[in-house]
Amino acid sequence: MRRIAALVALAAAPVLVLGVLFVLPVAGMVAEGFVEDGHLAPGAVLDVLARPRVHRVAWFTVWTSGVATALAVALGLPAAYALHKLALPGRAAVRAALIVPFVLPTVVVGVAFRQLLGEGGPLGFLGLDGTPAAIVCGLVFFNVAVVVRTVGVAWESLDPRPGQAAAALGASPWQVLRTVTLPALRPAVVGAASIVFLFCATAFGIVLTLGGVRHATIETEIYLLTTTVFDLQAAAALSVLQIVVVVALLALSARLRATPDPTAQRTVAPPRAVRRSDAPVVVATLLLLAAMLLPVATLVLGSLDVGDGWGLDNYRALATAGEDQALLVPVTAALVTSLRTAVDAMWMALLVGVTVSLIVTRRSHSVAERRVRSTLDGFFMLPLGVSAVTLGFGFLITLDEPPLDLRDSPLLVPMAQALVALPLVVRSLAPVLGGIDDRQRQAAASLGASPWRTLLTVDLPVVWKPVLAAAGFAFAVSLGEFGATSFLARDTDPTLPVVIFRLIGHPGEHNYGMALAASVVLAAVTAVVVLGVERLRVPGVGAF
Amino acid sequence: MLALRDVTVRYGDTPAVDDVSLDLASGQVLAVLGPSGCGKSTLLRAVAGLEPLASGSVSWDGADLAGTPTHKRGFALMFQDGQLFAHLSVARNVAYALRLRRTPSARVATRVGELLDLVGLSGYDDRLPGTLSGGERQRVALARALAVEPRLILLDEPLSALDATLRERLAGDLRAILHAAGTTALLVTHDHEEAFALADRLAVMRGGRVVQQGAIDEVWREPVDEETALFLGYARVLRDDAARRVLDAAGLPPAYAVALRRSALVVDDAGPLRAVVESARVTPELVRLVVTVEGVGTVDAVAPLGGRVAPGDEVSLRVDVTRLALLPITP
Amino acid sequence: MLHVRVRAALTTSSLAAVTALALAGCSLVGGDDGGTTASEPSTSSSADGKGSGTVVLATHESFHLPKKLVKAFEAETGYDLEVRAAGDAGTLATKLSLTADNPIADAAFGVDNTFASRPLGEGAFAEVATTATPPAEYVLPEGGDRLVPIDSANVCVNVDTAWFEKEGVEPPQTLEDLTDDRYRDLFVTPGASTSSPGMAFFLATVAEFGDAWPDYWTDLLDNGAEVVDGWEDAYYGDFTAGSDNGTRPIVVSYDSSPAFTVSGGRTTTAALLDTCFRQVEYAGVLEGADNPAGAEALVDWMLTDEVQSALPESMYVFPVMPEATVPEAWAEFAPQPADPYEVDPDEIAANREQWLTEWTDVISR
Repeated sequence: MRRIAALVALAAAPVLVLGVLFVLPVAGMVAEGFVEDGHLAPGAVLDVLARPRVHRVAWFTVWTSGVATALAVALGLPAAYALHKLALPGRAAVRAALIVPFVLPTVVVGVAFRQLLGEGGPLGFLGLDGTPAAIVCGLVFFNVAVVVRTVGVAWESLDPRPGQAAAALGASPWQVLRTVTLPALRPAVVGAASIVFLFCATAFGIVLTLGGVRHATIETEIYLLTTTVFDLQAAAALSVLQIVVVVALLALSARLRATPDPTAQRTVAPPRAVRRSDAPVVVATLLLLAAMLLPVATLVLGSLDVGDGWGLDNYRALATAGEDQALLVPVTAALVTSLRTAVDAMWMALLVGVTVSLIVTRRSHSVAERRVRSTLDGFFMLPLGVSAVTLGFGFLITLDEPPLDLRDSPLLVPMAQALVALPLVVRSLAPVLGGIDDRQRQAAASLGASPWRTLLTVDLPVVWKPVLAAAGFAFAVSLGEFGATSFLARDTDPTLPVVIFRLIGHPGEHNYGMALAASVVLAAVTAVVVLGVERLRVPGVGAF
Repeated sequence: MLALRDVTVRYGDTPAVDDVSLDLASGQVLAVLGPSGCGKSTLLRAVAGLEPLASGSVSWDGADLAGTPTHKRGFALMFQDGQLFAHLSVARNVAYALRLRRTPSARVATRVGELLDLVGLSGYDDRLPGTLSGGERQRVALARALAVEPRLILLDEPLSALDATLRERLAGDLRAILHAAGTTALLVTHDHEEAFALADRLAVMRGGRVVQQGAIDEVWREPVDEETALFLGYARVLRDDAARRVLDAAGLPPAYAVALRRSALVVDDAGPLRAVVESARVTPELVRLVVTVEGVGTVDAVAPLGGRVAPGDEVSLRVDVTRLALLPITP
Repeated sequence: MLHVRVRAALTTSSLAAVTALALAGCSLVGGDDGGTTASEPSTSSSADGKGSGTVVLATHESFHLPKKLVKAFEAETGYDLEVRAAGDAGTLATKLSLTADNPIADAAFGVDNTFASRPLGEGAFAEVATTATPPAEYVLPEGGDRLVPIDSANVCVNVDTAWFEKEGVEPPQTLEDLTDDRYRDLFVTPGASTSSPGMAFFLATVAEFGDAWPDYWTDLLDNGAEVVDGWEDAYYGDFTAGSDNGTRPIVVSYDSSPAFTVSGGRTTTAALLDTCFRQVEYAGVLEGADNPAGAEALVDWMLTDEVQSALPESMYVFPVMPEATVPEAWAEFAPQPADPYEVDPDEIAANREQWLTEWTDVISR
């Protein structure tokens, strides 16, 4: 019992943060639907769930997200291997490049995709425009980086010897992968897959843009019901449905993640020279890269197109407020705001994420303790799976009174972004922390190390690279986040995605070109920052 | 049979294994003995196909294995710490290679039973590796390696992680198991006891090179140099006059250098050497002494139990010729 | 042991460095414009009759006015204007409705005639008396004392006249024409459920065809009409005059759009003036505002000649006040429809959900 009490005390701060920033708003917004004229009226909400349209929407959400997740894992695993285990030239740059789609504003990518897939586009012959296939492609495009990174980092620190032992017992490389490597990577793979699924299931802009308005998901339906129809009961019903689906998924994922013995020797093997037998993996990675870069290339070309030729005019215009003063601040200023916001979101997500990861991965001494830990684990994944619309409006109606009068706080934006990045941080760190043999900590403690010193000498060296990867991720999430940000950002200091959205929403060829140029800048800055963050090495810690 | 010819393995510019040639006949056990860092584990990994050769060749029955990946070599590698698959039960670990070969499950079950029996772990089928002791893990690893009757088994310090009693027992078991199965084995170790307990032949490795190889008693009786002698468990090496005096006392012709085991000098009233006892320590079988021999210096000696030898006593010593080795070195 | 200590020390120091970096101004926390303006007390007036304090304006993301005008307003009235622009018109209306008892701002701008009845019904707006009187045609039949019309824009079907000239085809004129086989696969519109102009176009069809609108939409889709998410997709993705890859020369856009496709002294597109639905945007003072006087001054200011004349350039909409001047290009290339379609806001509010459900069913068929 003492251990559980200590656990709860340690978890109190993150739980409180999540309680205020997530549970309270969502509950408040859902309550709007359940309460009618001051009375609890759940009947009307439940009626909504019986509508055939709701079933259709829920099914569509589940199957598109499922297919997209499966594809992202299938395409991401070879790339994770090639980019994290093989000494490919330029692999760090490629890894950074793969994260780019993650930050691109969906509205811009949507237009880029449609220029490719649309009737007149180079891939128009595929007839994908407006089909569920296009939605799935878009979802994979945005999320494959999650698989590459979370799995890649875990793979990198995986002890190669069990695999060698298997090979020495006669297992072919494929059999080694299937029987030894993938089981060892299962926590990371399942973790990444569940994150991707949640991102897909709550995807908004990309579904609307690529699917046209014919295909609705739970998320787009909640948006429609809340803002256009103002049917809060139906919106609440869908939010509840969404939460139920998400909780079920998280429970399933926790079961699948659980391994009999997560402890593994962690080493960082230097990347291996590429051999001829690696050709399929390398080719698969290159194909993925090409597929990912195609829409990005469309953007770059579009940004250089100045009507009567090619030029950098659109980039030069970024220091201005746009044609007809479309913007209040120049794009350059918005970029600065974005970067500053991202720094905040990053440290917030890391601070909470590292704490949570430590909490959920410490070895449990009783069944009750293990339950508490795994419940906490799932709890911190929730924000990814719940509608940003519900959350956003919830902020407005619940965080409006002191002491929680946060709705005007400039920190609300980074906080909301950190909430989105948090599960990524936890899922990057937890598998690695869980793999540390607890006896190493006990050894350190027995040698006189304080808990803090133990953390620094045992946990940190192992988790340092994943922390950096997670930091880069959190940063990118913040830079690219649009849904919550556009809802909460103040006009005087908008972030770059908000500005891009504004530019593209205004007529004028130059504004469109500027929007593309700004997107390219956003993508480039993100790639450079992520590359830089990964290069950060505390001597002797990252290098092993 | 296994043949290594001029094998060199480099890490960057430094050769970890330098121009090593070895032969191992079928059914024999060869121990590669050397201090840590001498390159013996690298050599083993190179044989397994886990390290690329910089030059030289590894061949089996005359066929060069250069193009053969690890899993097609038909060798089983047993790691120092077992490297059991943590997510699989003991039975699944042992059955691993059998399942890879799609062996019918009834036969798998029988074979796993046999093997667990062989290593003395019957009934451990459903345990997870995490719940086993170090010795048990090694036995499971051994059973796993033997499951498909590999044509060669590679053992990386198989006993060194174990405590002394367990090591002794398991060493006996291991030898019996290897011989019973008729398995050819290549063993690397830094512990000469382990090597003697398991091997028929011995190769001594130092600084990436094999400095001596041969039948185990040959190597043991005729170490090539002082370092090898010390590594093989000889306590001291005497040179020049000291060597000549001892050899003379043993009735052997003079030589420049001689290596003595700790029991090479025995207290015997009729012995030709005079010495003063510096210290005496009683062990279960005999009394171990450190003595100063005139013209020789401080050396080890033994006395039978109950001899009542105390520091300061003057004693006579004889030389046990089976416990010394002449070194083929010159000044 | 030593290197472990060094390592720990370096780790600690690098963490400290990162923290310091964050606090030194690379983040919002450390920055000086962390902005606490929102919580400053707002007072409504001071001794000299001028106002002071902050006026907070809630609006949608398309809101924009020249800085110069805002500065002039602040100098003249003594108020600081803080604009909170986020989300689309529907989001704004929802925000105002949900926070009717504890408003997020003092004044609001951007609720239009398709969304007006919701916040009005929730009691989000207070009564307001303005100095200037906007023409009666823009004033809401109910709630006209609370919501003040500021601008109007007509959502019209636009055609790429250059494309039609090149192809030698006569462009369409009416909504009915769009179902004509000659215009098969040529029309693209943003969806009514996801886009404000999409909704306006839908309402135009409701106004024209009444209860028979589902038949019209069925014909429209049978004739190859494309329904996309937003105006941006339609205009920049599919419209031949908006994108190099566009394949559709007929699009739903605004009556002002032709003023933005001028080249060589003539425009290459035209708005079909018989297909327009008028959107009117309103401003109002929020019930329970901290600074009602400032909010009223703000609404007044939005009706001034300066602001009204700036609307076309800033927000691509027409002013409601007749004295305001519109840009030459607008006067020349963007004529307004004489008699646009209209649907009563209350009727919209009453039927929106059912219409959208039916509409979605029709287009997903």
